[in-house]
Amino acid sequence: MHIIISLTVSFLAVFGLVVIAFFGVWAAHLEWLFGVVIPYLAVITFFVGMVYKVVQWARCPVPFRITSTCGQQKTLPWLKRTYVDKLDNPSSTAGAVGRMILEVLCFRSLFKNTRLEFGSGQEIKYKSAKWLWLGAIVFHYAFLIVLLRHIRFFAQPEPFFVPLIENIDGFFQMFVPALYQSGFLLGAALTYLLLRRILDGKMRYISLPADYFPLFMILGLVTTGILMRYLLKVDIVAVKELTLGLAQFRPVVPEGIGVLFYIHLFLVSVFFAYFPFSKLTHMAGVFLSPTRNLSNNSRMVRHINPWNYPVKVHTYEAYEDEFREKMIDAGLPVDKESASPAE
Amino acid sequence: MQTPVDIKPAMHCYACEPARLKVVDFPNPRVWSAMDEDWKLPKNWKEIVMDAFKDRLDRFRTFKLFMDICVRCGACADKCHFFIGSADPKNMPVLRAELIRSVYRRNFTAAGKVFGKLAGARDLDYGVLKEWWYYLYQCSECRRCSVFCPYGIDTADITIIGREFTNLLGLNIDWIAAPVAFCYRTGNHLGIQPHAYKSMLEFFQDEIEEVTGVRVEPSYNRKGAEILFITPSGDVFADPGTYTCMGYMILFHELGLDVTWSTYASEGGNFGLFTSHEMMKRLNAKMYMEAKRLGVKWILGGECGHMWRVINQYMATMNYDIAEGSKLEEPVSPLTGTKFESAKGTKMVHITEFTADLIKHNKLKLDPKRNDKVKVTFHDSCNPARAMGLLEEPRYVIKNVCNHFYEMPSTTIREQTFCCGGGSGLNAGEDVELRMRGGLPRANAVKFVHDKYGVNMLSCICAIDRAVLPDLMKYWVPEAGVCGVHELVANAMVLEGEKEKTVDLRNEPLAETEDAEDV
Ligand code: SF4
Ligand code: SF4
Repeated sequence: MHIIISLTVSFLAVFGLVVIAFFGVWAAHLEWLFGVVIPYLAVITFFVGMVYKVVQWARCPVPFRITSTCGQQKTLPWLKRTYVDKLDNPSSTAGAVGRMILEVLCFRSLFKNTRLEFGSGQEIKYKSAKWLWLGAIVFHYAFLIVLLRHIRFFAQPEPFFVPLIENIDGFFQMFVPALYQSGFLLGAALTYLLLRRILDGKMRYISLPADYFPLFMILGLVTTGILMRYLLKVDIVAVKELTLGLAQFRPVVPEGIGVLFYIHLFLVSVFFAYFPFSKLTHMAGVFLSPTRNLSNNSRMVRHINPWNYPVKVHTYEAYEDEFREKMIDAGLPVDKESASPAE
Repeated sequence: MQTPVDIKPAMHCYACEPARLKVVDFPNPRVWSAMDEDWKLPKNWKEIVMDAFKDRLDRFRTFKLFMDICVRCGACADKCHFFIGSADPKNMPVLRAELIRSVYRRNFTAAGKVFGKLAGARDLDYGVLKEWWYYLYQCSECRRCSVFCPYGIDTADITIIGREFTNLLGLNIDWIAAPVAFCYRTGNHLGIQPHAYKSMLEFFQDEIEEVTGVRVEPSYNRKGAEILFITPSGDVFADPGTYTCMGYMILFHELGLDVTWSTYASEGGNFGLFTSHEMMKRLNAKMYMEAKRLGVKWILGGECGHMWRVINQYMATMNYDIAEGSKLEEPVSPLTGTKFESAKGTKMVHITEFTADLIKHNKLKLDPKRNDKVKVTFHDSCNPARAMGLLEEPRYVIKNVCNHFYEMPSTTIREQTFCCGGGSGLNAGEDVELRMRGGLPRANAVKFVHDKYGVNMLSCICAIDRAVLPDLMKYWVPEAGVCGVHELVANAMVLEGEKEKTVDLRNEPLAETEDAEDV
């Protein structure tokens, strides 16, 4: 699909959601729908959808152990392996767990990224390329922190770590309210990821509306969130009343929360509901990837394929039957001496 | 992806001949050509593919997961040698997979069913099938992309399964289908019959005697041997693999190893891997069947790339039940006493593991000076590197038998190694442009060490490499030769009772003084 169409469609989709929420609350006064019904439906969709996905994957067998090995195998007793080898080519479950931890927490594979460059003449260079890794890791961690900060809207009293995060996150205490770095970092990382898709020819070619949509969506979330916090203030006490009500299954819709909040909440809801149907399932899928989460020990221990079935093979007997005479002539040993009845 | 596929000559391999398919009872044997409009498919081809698609989604977690979780981050995009060499966007691993994924979305996901094109979904039609075929047979299943993917998405695995679909319609390429058919019947890819196999090795016996003065005596199909040796038949058949084969023979002779060759299990490689999981299993079964019949204790495997992907990742899983009740046991080197613990499941040891261990324990008399005219670099074959992790063993061997060893840049070796351009059955003659393009990154790295250190020999541990790299070198780096590791080993070995050596296994003078000027 052409980049302009992809961008337009995804942008319009997000914009359309904003418009729906705006008119739904401002004109049609559907506060209950947007503040209670849709969020509940979204969260249910999210959980049911994700569990369904994970169960579907998990029920699917792993017939073969096809670990992608990225380091020296475990082999001769005198051949030493480095820690990196033990992680990148794990021979034990512990190694595989370590590999997964590094992958999930540090995006280790992305860290290895290189960039191709053609030099003069025939020369090809591979430069280290850490920007994608940086963009991705900032994006994910900033998103996580923003999410954790939001716990204060859903728990009373707040869990101990929430104020802790807020303290670390809010730099320059001289501002009131404190400026949270995470929101801005998230916005910056998103912008980078979006620009990368638009400006790099390869990325433009492989990107689908399904890639732009989540980016616009989260940008929408960040924008409405930042606006609410720093500029067009909403009634925070009323907001908390609503969110706490949702969390405690005693939904209430207090008067006078600005429409901006409902837009934010609607985007969040759609985002959650969209999750299980999209590439965003990588969040759970990464844990299940057989090329990464299995040790490379199938030469040591037989890996069992639950659907292994017998196949038709060409037996030695059939082979010897065909070539017996030639084998005997060549002085090769045979199991049956010439049994040809014609003689 | 809307751009329809344009099947170019020299960028694809010839279609399989019907006779090949009949040998292994594969469907739809007929004469066809990829350049034809009509590929003569069975009427219900779509149904066949969709049924198989669903079946594979239920049977392979990799396939199912890889269809779902790619985020199109592009980390893999410029990692494929075919993309680097061809600049065809559909050769980006992510896009190669998207060709199939788009059909998955249309047929198996809610988003694809509802939003169609907007969700990146498309119907499977004749054009799409042709596009699949073209790009599935432009992937050498090398797994380089999987190293860089944050989720380990292995496009090679998608290609393997995609090729299963094509095989259900009789759409293999002849360069794969022929070896498969030959291997099934005669035991090896080249269709070498037992008596011919023996006479080929006899020819090597003479050659070896001429060069070293020592007569080696291999044995065949011998019951009661301790070890069964299996190597790709390419080593028996074509230069420069033949020199590696002589290397094995010399090594076994010098050690007095109780080893036998088999004319039945006379192929280490397994083009079934490039056909379907089932075909892989059918061909691989011979290794254990023969080991059991001959009553050997363990199996030693020669220098081959994809052979070792099969042995390391599939063999025991697929076929170990055959070995039940055999005399196979955990391999132990009869010379050093080393237990090959890492092979205690499959009972199969890689020859560079075996030789490295011999060298470590001083069991070989070596004179590396005999290799002084070569300045060697080492090409990690994709499968031993990324589907096994055999990185140090060959290096250890080479460094002990050669005085001049230079590594290529770190981004082009070990797990980041580049394909020779002809892996996964693409090493035919008719797709030479594809091979030269795909081999460009590898050749470039060789050129780099050639210019910098005067490297003139590219060593490798793969029979396909030995078939593919010489052409690649001729085109991009004509100064560099290609050899197997055991050719270097044998050249450096000081044999008992040898005559004064003046030439190497290639019958070329040991030390070339004239060489000095072109360094
Ligand atoms: S690196 Fe992995 S997730 Fe990223 S585009 Fe490639 S296959 Fe998809
Ligand atoms: S497996 Fe190798 S050839 Fe195939 S897409 Fe990945 S990098 Fe390219």
